[in-house]
Amino acid sequence: MEAKSICRCDLNAELEKVIAQHEGKKDDLIEVLYWVQENYGYVPKDVQQIIADKMNVPLSTIYGVITFYHLFSLKPKGKYGISLCKGTACYVRGAPQVLERFEKELGIKPHDSTDDNMFSLEVVRCLGACGLAPVMTINKEPRVRMKPDLVPGIINECRNADK
Amino acid sequence: MPMVTLTIDGKEVQVEQGTTILDAAKKVNVSIPTLCYLKDINVIGACRICVVEVKGARALQAACVTPVAENMVVLTNTPAVRNSRRMTLELILSNHPFECPTCIRNQNCELQALAEAFGIREVRYTGANPEHNKDDSSVSLVRDPDKCILCRRCVSVCEKVQTVNAIGPQGRGFDTVIAPGVDMGLAESNCVNCSQCVLVCPTGALHERDQIKEVWAALDDPKKHVVVQTAPAVRVAIGEMFGMEPGSVATGQMVAAIRKLGFDKVFDTDFTADLTIMEEGSELLERVKTGGALPLITSCSPGWIKFIEHFYPALLPHVSTCKSPQQMFGALAKTFYAEKAGVDPADVFSVSIMPCTAKKFEAQRPEMNASGYQDVDVVLTTRELGRMFKQAGIDFNELPEENYDDPLGISTGAAVIFGATGGVMEAALRTVYEIVTGNTLASVDFVDVRGLEGVKEAIVKVGDLDVKVAVAHGLGNARKLLDALQAGEADYHFIEIMCCPGGCIGGGGQPIPTNYEIRQKRINGTYAADEAMALRKSHENPAVQQLYKEFLEKPLGHKSHELLHTKYTPRGKFNSAV
Repeated sequence: MEAKSICRCDLNAELEKVIAQHEGKKDDLIEVLYWVQENYGYVPKDVQQIIADKMNVPLSTIYGVITFYHLFSLKPKGKYGISLCKGTACYVRGAPQVLERFEKELGIKPHDSTDDNMFSLEVVRCLGACGLAPVMTINKEPRVRMKPDLVPGIINECRNADK
Repeated sequence: MPMVTLTIDGKEVQVEQGTTILDAAKKVNVSIPTLCYLKDINVIGACRICVVEVKGARALQAACVTPVAENMVVLTNTPAVRNSRRMTLELILSNHPFECPTCIRNQNCELQALAEAFGIREVRYTGANPEHNKDDSSVSLVRDPDKCILCRRCVSVCEKVQTVNAIGPQGRGFDTVIAPGVDMGLAESNCVNCSQCVLVCPTGALHERDQIKEVWAALDDPKKHVVVQTAPAVRVAIGEMFGMEPGSVATGQMVAAIRKLGFDKVFDTDFTADLTIMEEGSELLERVKTGGALPLITSCSPGWIKFIEHFYPALLPHVSTCKSPQQMFGALAKTFYAEKAGVDPADVFSVSIMPCTAKKFEAQRPEMNASGYQDVDVVLTTRELGRMFKQAGIDFNELPEENYDDPLGISTGAAVIFGATGGVMEAALRTVYEIVTGNTLASVDFVDVRGLEGVKEAIVKVGDLDVKVAVAHGLGNARKLLDALQAGEADYHFIEIMCCPGGCIGGGGQPIPTNYEIRQKRINGTYAADEAMALRKSHENPAVQQLYKEFLEKPLGHKSHELLHTKYTPRGKFNSAV
């Protein structure tokens, strides 16, 4: 699995260009926020201010959108993004227990990241592989037929890969 | 506009196409309960309390957003309607704390009133009831999300009427709160403290910072010499808290009741309103003469001041340097008055009664200490004063009328009208005209600047000069004038801006409800009070003349500058950081 690199160098200049493409179109806010999430890895506070200022959208509205959609995060996402499916098939095949184990091992709740910025945890609905339930992905790479006892191994694997 | 005929509860009614069922029902005296609905401002059909049965429709329809149709048959009182409304109420209540007796809106709460009207005696469900943090960062108002029913009225008022957008929905589901962005408290945000949100909040989720205890403590302290000033707009609204008709002029009863609370002196902000006219009128003439920044814009309204500091800091040189009447009074109470009364200013405790919560913020601005002390110690809203009367067991309606104390209680009709939109402008025109021309006005009434139209304009001939003036109330209207000014399309000499719709009579500290009709009634009361005054021009106020003679010397003089004028602070567009 490939670790995401988080670097803000030159991103702000790039952001200005992206905002300029949407000039005068307040409805494009989500598109701009999506670009920020993809490129910054989260939506930093100062970036929210820049968007508010340049797109003339209230800061309270921007924050509202970010906190409404789980796609956006206010903290940098971890190097390893874990997305665990809690769709119907995964749910009945034991996804809640897997999630519980991840929460315990990582010490975080869903939609949060570990303090060392290594892991972030998300719950998603249906990854389209119900026959292999419970399913999860690490940085978009699938892991199938998950069991709680597989969790520590996966975490170690990531930690070792990072060394 | 084509007309549509329909029947509501068996009564035929003809209304214009596009009318909602709710408005059509009013025409035939059918009242449909609402909760999230706020005429012209929040029409979103979210709460589902106003549902009605429409024959042929698959489901119940929200009356506030459903337009009428030809031959529509509407039923507002059927088992399905009653059950649905009850269910909705129970679901809202299932996620609402049952703290009615200790809530600041006890007996003045729309949710409580509906629960009573529908006879809700038990709630069958338990909501998630997540605990949210109370936001008491602001000196003006408190946000208590646990009591919020997410009706969005506050958000709509902040966005559409005031164009501040300080608050919005954050998060989702049960975790949703109405709050400023990026986890800021109200104090850090660009909230201007106007509390128009408080006036429309159906519950106790937004309310003034209650400071009654601090005032009782001062009154109970024998060492303190407690003086009070009452703003012009309080006298035409306080009676509403005791069942009087909106707009009743209750000045005499209010003074008597305040005296009963134990204040040492009962003074009137109207005195310093007259003084403001002397200073601001002189400032206007000075700017016209010396080519200073024009238009001059009034500075009485602290919500408006914070608004321009956040959103148009480049235009701050246009704002009059005059302090508001409240702060002029505060500066004089601990200097001129203390000296005259032989009281140590350190022992003077200065309270003001305001229709406004932004005044609480204004009093605590760091520069408001011209006397060497905080000039105004505590600001109470009209609502808090009413509650103090109730706590003291005062039978407000039966009190014989009393007069203000001398000398800071003497005032004119020009000061009374400060409470209504256009009033400061009219008061200024009365004085500027007579000072410049030396003639007496045939009529002191400048009706062009009165009333609830959003932006008003007038041209007044003063000597050789055609004085062009404009008046705006509500910050959305203010924004229109400021945008024109910024674009170089506003060649006015003088602009009056009041933060709240209707002016101070519609302030965020006034009795709840405050709506369009009630605002109009309070305005009528204000002009009636003006007409009843013996003196109606600020420059004729004998106590103000005496003050200049004994203490200040002349308008814009050295002492005036020290005590009565101030400076402003540019702020961030989205936060209070300087």
